[in-house]
Amino acid sequence: MVQELGIGEEFMERNRETDTSYDFLGEMRQRFMRFKRQKYLPEIEKFQALAIAQSPKVMVIGCADSRVCPSYVLGFQPGEAFTIRNVANLVTPVQNGPTETNSALEFAVTTLQVENIIVMGHSNCGGIAALMSHQNHQGQHSSLVERWVMNGKAAKLRTQLASSHLSFDEQCRNCEKESIKDSVMNLISYSWIRDRVKTGEVKIHGCYYNLSDCSLEKWRLSSDKNNNGFHISDREIWS
Amino acid sequence: MGNESYEDAIEALKKLLIEKDELKDVAAAKVKKITAELQTASSSDSKSFDPVERIKEGFVTFKKEKYETNPALYGELAKGQSPKYMVFACSDSRVCPSHVLNFHPGDAFVVRNIANMVPPFDKVKYAGVGAAIEYAVLHLKVENIVVIGHSACGGIKGLMSFPLDGNNSTDFIEDWVKICLPAKSKVLAESESSAFEDQCGRCEREAVNVSLANLLTYPFVREGVVKGTLALKGGYYDFVNGAFELWELQFGISPVHSI
Repeated sequence: MVQELGIGEEFMERNRETDTSYDFLGEMRQRFMRFKRQKYLPEIEKFQALAIAQSPKVMVIGCADSRVCPSYVLGFQPGEAFTIRNVANLVTPVQNGPTETNSALEFAVTTLQVENIIVMGHSNCGGIAALMSHQNHQGQHSSLVERWVMNGKAAKLRTQLASSHLSFDEQCRNCEKESIKDSVMNLISYSWIRDRVKTGEVKIHGCYYNLSDCSLEKWRLSSDKNNNGFHISDREIWS
Repeated sequence: MGNESYEDAIEALKKLLIEKDELKDVAAAKVKKITAELQTASSSDSKSFDPVERIKEGFVTFKKEKYETNPALYGELAKGQSPKYMVFACSDSRVCPSHVLNFHPGDAFVVRNIANMVPPFDKVKYAGVGAAIEYAVLHLKVENIVVIGHSACGGIKGLMSFPLDGNNSTDFIEDWVKICLPAKSKVLAESESSAFEDQCGRCEREAVNVSLANLLTYPFVREGVVKGTLALKGGYYDFVNGAFELWELQFGISPVHSI
């Protein structure tokens, strides 16, 4: 393997002056080979077994932001977490119709039968900042980003009611957290999730990663025993 | 000159990345044992798996080994992000780009959905994807959008298995996977008599091409490609063989000939 890599290096050197797509190729090759050397080959039996089937116990809905990959921050290894990533980690309710997120939710819950769903939000979220700065609510959404983040408008309204005296940044921090709560509640709007939460087959968790001070706040959504409601429990902050 | 050496480079890359045969033999027997272990583990350990403990352990390790050892990087990242790449990857638990392509925080803006699909531009339906692409291209100004497919993809298997004739058995899955129906049609037309698994393998790659073509329906993507500020790439992670393939969508204007 080392020898092959060596020959490869020489071959690649000669072609280095061609188009810029070459640099991309070289970089991707280095990245993949690092993964292959450091992770794949040392654990090849595990990877071969995973190739046959995946059975993750966790599904994570995270933000597409380059700084907050759930595998990286929460330490999930290949095979552990089925992951959805979209702008501002938003889950829309069932009545809003199909989104890329709810088709993945359906697959994870009904086919893979994951036991835990985590909605992971984060500080300094560009999507939430766009939501908080967006002025015109009446319908003339000029951009796709504005259209999408308006799914979080309930969280924005609650944030403004409670904290309009705070700075814009502080309000954004609050809205990021309120939006996670809404996304978690929107998960329950799907009957195949709600039923499984009531029986205890599926547990729902929210978490908020603050990337300025590297802290993680997490809590759990539990169903009320006496009625059809839900409440937040087991709140913890790790820093 | 550019074209020929690019193809040679791809071929050389393929040879380097494809796994050596002898390793397969050695691993075969162990794979069966481990698969059996994994299956019994997931049923008997479901009571002892504590997701909170798991993420606490993961987060504490991340903080100690990555965050605290790199204050300069994380300090900069706290101010903002400027990734060079936007990546579409599948939600499959086995194909996280942070592992497979060794991405670190700040490297890549990553969207993950079933079968790493990009639907065509639509202001209303599947607006989440459009929002992500718009954010990446116009706000973050990424230089590359990479769509990465993978082997044994459940979403593609679904695309190939579902009749997709309007009588849906799922609430949302069939509606989603039919985005890449052109890939299924192409594969069936070209390899009708091949084994189902081979057809799925082809479809996994063709679906990436359908997504790349759909990217061009977004006006800001088209503009970036024409201006040369944005490149579109396709990728395929084969975890059965431990290999990775890369290609690009080429766009250019040929030399002018006077006729």
